[in-house]
Amino acid sequence: MTKIQENYDVVVVGAGHAGCEAALACARLGMETIVFTVSVDSIALMPCNPNIGGTSKGHLVRELDALGGEMGKNIDKTFIQSKMLNKSKGPAVHSLRAQADKQEYSREMRKTMEKQNHLVIKQSEVSEIIVEDGHCRGVKTVSGAAYFAKAVILATGVYLNSRCLFGEVIEPTGPNGLKNATHLTKSLLNNGITIYRFKTGTPARVDGDTIDRSRMEEQFGDVPVVPFSFETDPASVQKEQVSCWLTYTGEEIHNIIRENIHRSPLYAGVIEGVGPRYCPSIEDKVMKFPDKERHQIFVEPEGLYTHEVYLSGFSSSLPEDVQHAMIHKLPGFENCKIVRNAYAIEYDCIDARQLNLSLEFKNIPGLYGAGQINGSSGYEEAAVQGFMAGVNASMKILGREPYVLDRSQAYIGVLIDDLVTKESHEPYRMMTSRAEYRLLLRQDNADLRLCEIGHEIGLVSDERFEKVKCKQKAIELEVERLDSVHVGDSERINRFLREHGSSELNTGATLSDLIRRPELDYFMLTDIDPNRPELSEDIQEQVNIEIKYKGYIERQMLQVKQFKKLEIKKIPEDIDYDQVGSLRLEARQKLKEVRPENIGQAARISGVSPADVSMLLVYLKK
Amino acid sequence: MRTNNTIAAIATSLSPAGIGIIRISGEEATEIADRVFRGSRSLKEADTHTVNYGFVYDGDEAVDQVLVMIMKAPRSYTGEDTVEIQCHGGMLVLKRILSLVIDAGANPAEPGEFTKRAFLNGKMDLSQAEAVADIIDAENQNSLKVGMRQLKGKLSDEISEIRKILLNEIAFIEAALDDPEHYSLEGYGEELDRKVSAVYSRIDRLIRNADTGIIIKSGIDTVILGRPNSGKSSVLNLLAGTDRAIVTDIEGTTRDTLTENISLAGIRLNVTDTAGLRNSIDIVEKIGIEKAKKAARDADLILCVLDGAEELREEDKEVLDFIDGMNAVILINKQDLSSWKPCQDERIFRHPFIGFSAKTGQGRAELETIVKDMFFKGEINLNDEIYITSIRHLQALKAVLASLKLVHEGIENGQTEDLLSVDLQDAYESLGTITGETVGEDIINEIFSKFCMGK
Repeated sequence: MTKIQENYDVVVVGAGHAGCEAALACARLGMETIVFTVSVDSIALMPCNPNIGGTSKGHLVRELDALGGEMGKNIDKTFIQSKMLNKSKGPAVHSLRAQADKQEYSREMRKTMEKQNHLVIKQSEVSEIIVEDGHCRGVKTVSGAAYFAKAVILATGVYLNSRCLFGEVIEPTGPNGLKNATHLTKSLLNNGITIYRFKTGTPARVDGDTIDRSRMEEQFGDVPVVPFSFETDPASVQKEQVSCWLTYTGEEIHNIIRENIHRSPLYAGVIEGVGPRYCPSIEDKVMKFPDKERHQIFVEPEGLYTHEVYLSGFSSSLPEDVQHAMIHKLPGFENCKIVRNAYAIEYDCIDARQLNLSLEFKNIPGLYGAGQINGSSGYEEAAVQGFMAGVNASMKILGREPYVLDRSQAYIGVLIDDLVTKESHEPYRMMTSRAEYRLLLRQDNADLRLCEIGHEIGLVSDERFEKVKCKQKAIELEVERLDSVHVGDSERINRFLREHGSSELNTGATLSDLIRRPELDYFMLTDIDPNRPELSEDIQEQVNIEIKYKGYIERQMLQVKQFKKLEIKKIPEDIDYDQVGSLRLEARQKLKEVRPENIGQAARISGVSPADVSMLLVYLKK
Repeated sequence: MRTNNTIAAIATSLSPAGIGIIRISGEEATEIADRVFRGSRSLKEADTHTVNYGFVYDGDEAVDQVLVMIMKAPRSYTGEDTVEIQCHGGMLVLKRILSLVIDAGANPAEPGEFTKRAFLNGKMDLSQAEAVADIIDAENQNSLKVGMRQLKGKLSDEISEIRKILLNEIAFIEAALDDPEHYSLEGYGEELDRKVSAVYSRIDRLIRNADTGIIIKSGIDTVILGRPNSGKSSVLNLLAGTDRAIVTDIEGTTRDTLTENISLAGIRLNVTDTAGLRNSIDIVEKIGIEKAKKAARDADLILCVLDGAEELREEDKEVLDFIDGMNAVILINKQDLSSWKPCQDERIFRHPFIGFSAKTGQGRAELETIVKDMFFKGEINLNDEIYITSIRHLQALKAVLASLKLVHEGIENGQTEDLLSVDLQDAYESLGTITGETVGEDIINEIFSKFCMGK
């Protein structure tokens, strides 16, 4: 019997957010690429929240865009509301979030994929990886067809042996009732890959025509809208936006939860997987913050194509009848109709410590992991991993060095370093607090940080890179100018200062000195700065931030310098930890497991103490 | 196969004593000890933390009757398997047993290596390990006491406690950034400012004590000045209790500077004897005089010796002019002579002065009191205070203070919490360098150079 056999450069398993970015990156780098999905209709599906970005996730999307990824452009085409979060806080934590039209988002991404040269989309379940002489050489599908490739990227999301649970009901499907993938795990296990079981959840969807919005607070989008992609023309995204709505849980709901908590599969011990601490279900929040009288519930539209709304903050795995009772106690939801119940989903993923920082399996060269299979959660986290895995698989095929971003370069670096270094038993979600150098890793300067790397990779055009260089130059010149323009204690200046509640000058000061005053900024100084050049909004923003936060930025740069000292200390790949005297047993074991690439990474492994790191340093010195 | 990393050394002082101890530490400690020990049972069979009676043998010859303590990892000083052989304290016996142990497979320990291992095995933190070096180094009672307190972890306790406070605040800010719904920063600035200022005071207190601590540990740099033959070298000999300097009646005997560490009421003085100050044409002596002046300018304390049995000479007056404005005590020497009478010169009264006799020791007690007053405001309270004795620690604390100041300024200027955490983080990391909880190669280098040098 003849079976189909085809040859490619790269096979991507899965066409979710990781798979799409991986496939596009490979194809754009000239790799003949095939991407497998269990359903072509679920490409770039958003089975959970209807938005892209948010705190720290917005950073990931902008970084991805600066490197040459697709997500930012796709959401710019399909958003229905956009908002810059945390504007009352420092620039490091400003974060862009856009509500998506879910179907549009998926459809647009599919179009982009279909139009892409060198890229083949295939609906079929991959059942095996082909490993020969320790190298991954391709995959087989359930039908027995073989697709040989120089690299394989696993981006299986939450589909491996997944099952959905609500209360006592368990269904063996992927998200949204989609078919799950039941064969591949076995093949991975056979190849020595350690598999974990994780859990995540999603809240109920309600018919928006059956809720009373007058009992909720309306949440508007920003005007003007800031696009995600640095390449999107801001003028093109100024459009009519839909609103989100805010309502709150109350004691009645909390009581229902407390009375029924024993029926939650997690609390009853039915779910083996561990859920994310940072994306907690409503029952987790109620149990964790018993004094809290109410919790926020954001009511978000799922798209323009439907009336369905998503209840953000209300995810739950309680049984249908309990959910029903809870939701109907929400202000404005007394008479609502539930379209889809909340559910929890359990799935197989890998212990990501089996991966290098390039996302390649240490023990199976040619095989890469990206997205939720690596134990992360979230569309954005998945997308950036998919992109990096795609880039590094291509680099390997092209005989070039892999790209590894470190923690001082990008949130992407933080995410991947955490995933492959730290043992985690719950889905990993990106958070602002995970990035040590966040003042440097702002969403507003992602292009300045990363376009050069994207250009070097080959996914950022010369033209775009030139633009970024010009922008950089313009910022530098303007900062220099403001540093050198002195204003005296003239009446005009002092009147300006008085008007803005700022103390008067006794001696001269530079414009930069004034910008640094808490009550002033670059934009306000227009009146007393007649020679100001005409600059675009984003350049003005950079100038303002650079001057205003100079001291903090400089101190953070010193922190980075300290950090780099340990990062550049490479640990030889063939190091024998048994030869390093005086390591504690636990540390020795952890180091052998993770095989860190440098001292900095070694120090971040839980179970490796500062003293162990000292010992390692001493050993490497010998 | 792991290379053998078992080390051994004589752990007691090398002076004749009743009992001496040889310490063996490392994976093969018990095995190696068994090769030289014969008792009612082998040490391998012995439980941890037991004392085993037997003999050390060199082939068939019994070398000494011994008690052997077994301490299995991690419950030992170094955190490794440790065997201590308690033998009779003669130098010869100790050395012979050590060489038997080394022949049996142990490596001779580098200076400070047991402590280094204790640090690396997490048995003590960095500040404690440094204290061990200080204790080994201690040349007077007070510095020993301070070292012991640091070894007991008083300093690390204080630092850890402060670090914990800072970490709590950092964690709160981080939590609020990621979960603003459940962690509110409303009015938090004031609260943070209060906490930071409390921490600031604690660090400041440590820093203020550092002068004292460093003086206790490294001593007061003291220079003896005076015209030739006023009795400077005799004063040094009296304080040192030995004939350190050559004393003659010939003026200009001391041509170079000599430094001696002496203990004055438990305070360490690093006393430098100098060439007498006079106008000399002798080139060698001239160089000596220049050196003396330079030493005096750098010194913490000057002991100015005048010959009380004579009238003040021009050279004396020049010396008095030279020390004007310096921290000096004037010793009017030779009070034992009948011709002694207190000199009457306004320049003398600018400093504390004492009738003194290098011959009889008269005035010594008064000198002790004056020095204590000068440097420790009278009291050295070794029981309650934590004294910083290391420049490295002092620098780290100063960095902490600077960061905390920036936090305070940031709060005053209404900066947002995510910015404040930049400086909080710096303060936290700087504190960690003291206890070694912040990993840094610089620290490691510094400490290890300390352990490997001398001792």
